[in-house]
Amino acid sequence: MSDQALLTASNLSVTLSGREVLHDVSLSLSARHLVALVGPNGAGKTTLLRALAGLQSSTGAIHVAGDTLASLPLRERAKRFGYLPQGHVVHWPLDVKDVVALGRYPHGATDPARLTSSDKAAVERAMQATDIVAFADRRVTELSGGERSRVALARVLAVEAPIVLADEPTASLDPRYQIDVMKNLRDVANSGVLVIVVTHDLGLAARFADTVLVMSEGRLAAQGSPQQALSDDIVANVFRISAYRAEHRNETIILPWAGV
Amino acid sequence: MVSIAPAARRRAIATLALVGLVTLLALGSLGTGPVKLSPLTVLDALFGGGSDVQQIIVREIRLPRAILALAIGAILGLSGAALQGLLRNPLASPSLFGAPQSAAFGAVLMISLGWADVRSWALPVAGITMAFLSVFVLLGIAGRNAGLLLLILAGLAISSLAGAATALVMNLSPNPFAALEIAFWLLGSLEDRSFRHVTLALPFIVAGAIILMSQRSAFRALSLGEETAQSLGVNVSRLRLLVILGVALGVGGAVAVTGTIGFIGLIAPHLMRPIIGHDPARLLIPSALTGSALLLAADIAVRLIPSTTDIKVGVLTSIIGVPFFLYLIMRERRALGGGVA
Repeated sequence: MSDQALLTASNLSVTLSGREVLHDVSLSLSARHLVALVGPNGAGKTTLLRALAGLQSSTGAIHVAGDTLASLPLRERAKRFGYLPQGHVVHWPLDVKDVVALGRYPHGATDPARLTSSDKAAVERAMQATDIVAFADRRVTELSGGERSRVALARVLAVEAPIVLADEPTASLDPRYQIDVMKNLRDVANSGVLVIVVTHDLGLAARFADTVLVMSEGRLAAQGSPQQALSDDIVANVFRISAYRAEHRNETIILPWAGV
Repeated sequence: MVSIAPAARRRAIATLALVGLVTLLALGSLGTGPVKLSPLTVLDALFGGGSDVQQIIVREIRLPRAILALAIGAILGLSGAALQGLLRNPLASPSLFGAPQSAAFGAVLMISLGWADVRSWALPVAGITMAFLSVFVLLGIAGRNAGLLLLILAGLAISSLAGAATALVMNLSPNPFAALEIAFWLLGSLEDRSFRHVTLALPFIVAGAIILMSQRSAFRALSLGEETAQSLGVNVSRLRLLVILGVALGVGGAVAVTGTIGFIGLIAPHLMRPIIGHDPARLLIPSALTGSALLLAADIAVRLIPSTTDIKVGVLTSIIGVPFFLYLIMRERRALGGGVA
């Protein structure tokens, strides 16, 4: 995995109302990778994600494909990062296809009724990848939680950005949708995108991610392959648990088992 | 041949129908008064036909009033739709945030200090400044992602403060007649307005409208929340400032020549949502047209309702608007009861 780093951060720190929530984080991530960002509540996962996307001011340097993030105008940043926040809020009962079309906003398509053919194609691809074509004309507010989270994911995919940042995309989904969403993101990564996923599910992280970043109290406690980063020692120190480990169909299983 | 989606066609038809309605109401406004004139006579007089008397009535007495109703109704409807878009909240509106009340305080202060008569530029400037301040403070207090309850409480506090400050000015006024004059002016009216008033208000209203319209697509991105909008390339803090500025210019300019006319900004977008849909960007123009229609209709109604003294149009819009507000509160009960929206 010696390919050129797509996203690097050096000595990233964030202070929120006097408290340092992110301390001296440095990382270097490549395209075509699914990166899981794990850590206990309050470890700074969301803050790191927001800082990487430029949504949270930070000290230190972030580079995207060689450019300094701070030097990029908002529009340009928006083209490079697809950002999926927690909660998938849609404040008005808009049509599903119009919500997905907002993913083309950074590309100048500000009106879903007037998309260029390339914007239309991107929206179509995103809806197909997330399997939501069937309810393209329904209102988001009429959908179930699982359907709505797929719409939110489609909106992010429609940006067709080289980097996708997803904050707990599997939260509050049933097991089937959790797996579907992770498979979607895995496919996206395989297509050449750097995907960073915040999750509390160590099992999903171990199974789907190439790289796991473990955060603890605002610091990067470990990074590496799932085996390295989710070793017994690290899991015990950071999460204060022991985990059951197994293999199933050549995939790793990590199941949090007991407190330590 | 471009195929038009049914929803787009419905929106286009609704917008055209609104333009027709506003035109009819404007003609009605020009024809209503002590001398009743038919729409045809009005049109004739408007373009230089008919008798001299008819021409004077239509072009000099009633035309400024109709233009003001049209423009002020439009900016109020537009401001309401813009604030609702900015805050993703169907209960947002200039009057619930105390903007007109604050603007009125600014104008009243100018009048009572003797720095301005009711026809000077100082009035709109003071009104706009106070309106800007009130909305700025309100959004400052409410903070990012403010819930319904917080916004409404802050709005209540600000309009109460503006009301108290206005009352103080009246309290301290040198003679009861001045206080009475201010009190009546505050009720909100389009009566006896001249082209001087139109020149005073219109530039600010147009500037406010241009600013709000220029931000329309950002409201659409904001449907997904501030953080997502920002990740899509919307500069949210700049957008907030621009919307506050647009609303303040429009509402401040309007209040300076008419006194407070409330609730049009709250009602207009609600009337349009069932027809136009919830896309906050598409709601702007229909809401502005609906605002025009509402204010023109209310201003015709006050001339038709038989009463011993003139009913002020601001009183009428509040009498209709407040029950509508109550109805909306009832509909949003769940969100309000939860504390966080």
